[in-house]
Amino acid sequence: MATIEVNGQTIEAKPGEMLLATLRRAGIHVPTLCYLEDLFPSGACRMCVVEVEGERALVPSCAYPVRDGLKVKTHSKRAVMARKTIIELLLSNHPDDCLYCERNRNCELQKLAEELGVRRRLYVGEKNNYKVDASSPSIVRDPAKCILCGKCVRVCEEIQGVSAIDFTKRGSHAVIDTAFTQGLNVSSCINCGQCIMVCPTGALREHSHIKEVIEALEDPSKTVVVQHAPAVSVSIGEEFGIRPGTDIDGLLAATLRRLGFSRVFETSFSADLTIMEEASELAHRIQTGGTLPMLTSCSPGWIKFVEEFYPDFIPNLSSCKSPQQMMGAIIKSYYAETQGIDPSGIVSVAIMPCTAKKFEATRAEFTQGGRSDIDIVLTTRELAQLIRMRGIDMKSLKPEGADTPFGERSSAGKIFGASGGVMEAAIRTAHYLLTGRELEELKVQAVRGMQGVKETRVRIGDLEIGVAAVSGLINARRLLDEIRAGRRDIQFIEVMTCPGGCIAGGGQPLNQDPDVLRARAKALYEIDRVDTLRTSHTNPSITRIYDEFLGKPLGEKSHHLLHTHYARREVML
Amino acid sequence: MNRALDDIFKKFPDAKRDSLIPILQEVQESQGYLSRDAVVEIGRYLSLPTSKIYGVATFYNQFRFQPLGHYHIQVCRGTACHVKGSLGVLDAVRRILKIEPGQTSRDGLFSLEVVACIGACGLAPVININGEFFARLTPDKIVAIIDTFRKEAKKNEN
Repeated sequence: MATIEVNGQTIEAKPGEMLLATLRRAGIHVPTLCYLEDLFPSGACRMCVVEVEGERALVPSCAYPVRDGLKVKTHSKRAVMARKTIIELLLSNHPDDCLYCERNRNCELQKLAEELGVRRRLYVGEKNNYKVDASSPSIVRDPAKCILCGKCVRVCEEIQGVSAIDFTKRGSHAVIDTAFTQGLNVSSCINCGQCIMVCPTGALREHSHIKEVIEALEDPSKTVVVQHAPAVSVSIGEEFGIRPGTDIDGLLAATLRRLGFSRVFETSFSADLTIMEEASELAHRIQTGGTLPMLTSCSPGWIKFVEEFYPDFIPNLSSCKSPQQMMGAIIKSYYAETQGIDPSGIVSVAIMPCTAKKFEATRAEFTQGGRSDIDIVLTTRELAQLIRMRGIDMKSLKPEGADTPFGERSSAGKIFGASGGVMEAAIRTAHYLLTGRELEELKVQAVRGMQGVKETRVRIGDLEIGVAAVSGLINARRLLDEIRAGRRDIQFIEVMTCPGGCIAGGGQPLNQDPDVLRARAKALYEIDRVDTLRTSHTNPSITRIYDEFLGKPLGEKSHHLLHTHYARREVML
Repeated sequence: MNRALDDIFKKFPDAKRDSLIPILQEVQESQGYLSRDAVVEIGRYLSLPTSKIYGVATFYNQFRFQPLGHYHIQVCRGTACHVKGSLGVLDAVRRILKIEPGQTSRDGLFSLEVVACIGACGLAPVININGEFFARLTPDKIVAIIDTFRKEAKKNEN
């Protein structure tokens, strides 16, 4: 232990840690714009400068190792002035359109300008005239609002291993861009939206589709149905001041009906369907010597990543469509048929914690007769915005249930929202399929939690298989490289693009506090703990849809509606 | 073209990312510019993403991403030329050819580059076209010079 003095107070510190970490633990707020927990400090923004006795200049606390006896002033006149000047300079070429900005009232730049008491325009700089890059169906980049903190570049490179964007040019012309300024949609971008999650300003945002939803809801000739993903009900409450980690499934269903959706379905139902198909596929591959390890295919960012960076692993990908797309496929077939609705009159909306789902919905693989299975995808954030626009007070509503036939889910389909959840759900059903018996302990603790890589071995009857659940694609990259190099002890791998899984997806409320993320995951596992229906294959609605429509898992109808295949994708890597 | 790149890569065995700039320079030297294909190949060789290579290459003025024109115009923006009005000369070139520094006109005839002092301060403001110097320029003279080269190109065509 080291002891340091901060603003006259004595504080305990761990020698070698960065000063900012010490200060944060002690509850002393020093602002930052470029700091990313767990990544190497870049020291780019200089907002965290403090005065250290004996140092001539102010030092950036994020990159200043603590040593015993340090004397620090965090809010001396000199430090505060420096911070204020930085903000004033950042504002000098910033577009003055806060009122029109997506991040109004939720912008770190705006917040710091307010906190530091910036009330006058001291510097007037030349505004740049960068064009908005709206080429991607998932993410919009507006470089005019960028303050060059570099967080998006680092997340894209160091967390996701993608590097679709980087700093280009120099000095006052510096701008973050794709290679050869091609635009995000033709770049290697996997649409995960983690860059949005770390962007302090409105320079990165999702491609909004609220308008399309409103138009559909107002069109009397359309039947507008909605599905919501497992991670949405445990996170959207945060947008309305509900404590993180509260599941508001029932309120969400009630709210979606108030918004005018004619049917409210749960993606967790089609997650159960995914498990039926995927567990059958795994069993089939194990029994027939198929390609292993099998890789999950629920996360559309990960799929694009494989198509671009690891096309040699395409045969390893499960052929199962994601739960969103399975639901989309059966809504415009089975549901339309049983309800006697022409599929062309259905508008199928999906509420997702994800920006890549917007891209996934536009893929040519997911169409029937030229019609997209999913018409519109909204992120959790967009749905919250729509709810506010419509003046609905969620908290005053009475909880309601989801609609039949795709509303009944098992809790196995619900835990899809956390990293390891698909794996756990699949193990439960694969065990049953391979042995004819249920697992004695349904909980698979080893694949739960926020770690980026979780590996364990599972006994299924006489068989022991190695499984891994990874999230954050840099971790997937490492694992795939090991397998390329000859590793053979893993048979089944779940990959989620976003670190921690969908609960931390790129479409979620903008909060990356690890405690909040953990609370969201805990809420999902709590649902699983108390639920009585905990395996996909025991879900009566699943049994019914196989009896009435699909036949059997991996059968002809399933093959046609619920499975797909992927191909190498040529982009500049 | 891949052969040419391979020959360059052979000069940098076991190259790591610190060889990026020398490789970019060699490629530009041999091909006149950095093509997309070349950047992709360099990325594969060094295990670097193209976005990063593009980022590094755009940091420096020396790299260009379009092939050189038949006539390569270097406009000196050194101190002496600046004092003598080289900004007006540069603007004239940009206006007439409708290209920015680093770009090549659509017909492939002209390319434009801004250089720091080319050591001919006595002739300021000065430009260099394919090794030939043009001294004490004004925007009007630029019009005439470009016109001459256009005519020359036309004549060679016939």
